[in-house]
Amino acid sequence: MHESTPCWNRELEFMAPDQLRALQSDRLCEVVKLVYEKVPYYRQKLDDAGVKPQDIKGVDDITRLPFTTKEDLRKTYPFDLFAVPMEQVVRIHASSGTTGKFTVVGYTDRDVDTWAEVMARTLAAGGTHRGDLVQNSYGYGLFTGGLGAHYGAERIGASVIPTSGGQTKRQVQILQDFGSTVLCCTPSYALVIGEVGEELGVSFKDLPLRVGFFGAEPWSATMRQEIESSLHAHALDIYGLSEIIGPGVGFECLEKAGLHINEDHFYPEVIDPVTGETVADGEMGELVFTTLTKEALPLLRYRTRDITRVIPEPCGCGRTLRRMRRVTGRTDDMLIIRGVNVFPSQIEEVLMGIEETTPNYVLVVDRKPRGMDEMEVQVEVSEKTFSDEMSRLETLSERIQSEIESTLGLRVSVRLVEPKTLERSMGKARRVIDRRDLGE
Amino acid sequence: MTAIQVSVFLENKSGRLAEVTHALAEAGVNIRALSLAETIDYGVLRLIVDKPLEAKQALNGAGFTVTETEVIAVEMPDRPGGLAGIVDLLTQRGLNIEYLYAFVGQRGENAIVIFRIDNVSEAVSALQGGGVHILSADELSAI
Repeated sequence: MHESTPCWNRELEFMAPDQLRALQSDRLCEVVKLVYEKVPYYRQKLDDAGVKPQDIKGVDDITRLPFTTKEDLRKTYPFDLFAVPMEQVVRIHASSGTTGKFTVVGYTDRDVDTWAEVMARTLAAGGTHRGDLVQNSYGYGLFTGGLGAHYGAERIGASVIPTSGGQTKRQVQILQDFGSTVLCCTPSYALVIGEVGEELGVSFKDLPLRVGFFGAEPWSATMRQEIESSLHAHALDIYGLSEIIGPGVGFECLEKAGLHINEDHFYPEVIDPVTGETVADGEMGELVFTTLTKEALPLLRYRTRDITRVIPEPCGCGRTLRRMRRVTGRTDDMLIIRGVNVFPSQIEEVLMGIEETTPNYVLVVDRKPRGMDEMEVQVEVSEKTFSDEMSRLETLSERIQSEIESTLGLRVSVRLVEPKTLERSMGKARRVIDRRDLGE
Repeated sequence: MTAIQVSVFLENKSGRLAEVTHALAEAGVNIRALSLAETIDYGVLRLIVDKPLEAKQALNGAGFTVTETEVIAVEMPDRPGGLAGIVDLLTQRGLNIEYLYAFVGQRGENAIVIFRIDNVSEAVSALQGGGVHILSADELSAI
């Protein structure tokens, strides 16, 4: 039965667990040696932790290694964690960060190749093959989504249609006229495509679309049902983060029962985010990854701040790659809205630029049934910003809206509220109210 | 020659207007006239009161966002065409009326119109030039 499971790399995806562990151990020793020799920042970090490369003999020793955090990336901005000279870096991606600084990631030739491999596995697990038309509606650019899916689909030999995001009517037209069989985009955008298509009178059940790969933002089982009934295609979850490689870190197979981790390349751990201790197998905690094969930006025990758990039981598809449950939470208050990382501090900065004082605000995130994530920024009206003329108040909220949009690249709605109406707890304003019910 | 209007920011939720009126009552402030402008989310309550300073303090104390606005209060004959003549005086000078609202005075013969105009001094001279009676703050309080 497993022979019929669609896959890209049968040898590695179905490798015997003890063999896989041996491979991971070998690769871990290599990567520790690599960063110790090539990255002064890591040498210092390991020295501070009192660990020498020769102390690490396999994955059982991994807990001796220090964690890497977003803060480490900030301190080494932009390139100081790179383990190769720029001559060997063939690609740089970046994502927005808390302090306005990017999180910068680099790839060597071999890293790009690895990325194509893990994305090929991801797409093949949903049945993508040569001859498929892959409509790639992830954004192309600094964001890893677009090019990641692109290279994976090309690796398979599928025909890629690089539509990138936006222009939904055009997306629907291409889906219909070209007969795309595979769709890649964020899950909320998949719903938008479905809705717009419906408005345009498209009958999705008569289209050849077979499967979609949806990631870059958290979503739920309910949403899967909505997408599947709207698009008449399988909806599969994919997971990744640019620091580790981009999309392709984890993927769902057609069993739709959690995401297989490409753990021959990315070694997963789940820790208690407060103590840093590894949690028992199958327990919830913060997901941590060590890159086992990356050359340009190898990371040891990188704290993703994503909350999930590893599913220890074997999967019905026969893959031995362990699975993780879909990510539903974050360890900090960062919000992912329609695939965009949003930090409350960014909103605060925008508001301060307008009011020149620390404003009181609350972010309310919601997702309407069958809708995209929506964020409402509630801003308290101060005597400084208040005008008795309605047109000025309207102008104020429009200005806040447009400045947030240009900072975050995200359209939000703005509501002006009375002072002191915003919830506060323990003397500190509660800045975020997330009403999205992501469920299981 | 101008009057002070007290403007209050109000979220559209039940009970807020009542809280404004109670805060003013407790402070012994008498409301002479009011107007409410609104959007879906919020409204602006504009008040002409006998004691603007006390009103602002009372409302601030109750947690409202309040601002004072300079407006022009005009007395005009309460008959057809009364308002038209006054508006003409302003538009002839190219003055833009942000908003206005009217109420009938206690004597019943004259109506009182509150104008909010950006260029206050120009508006005052236009109205006075046309022989219109502008109420002083004291006169307005005494109505």
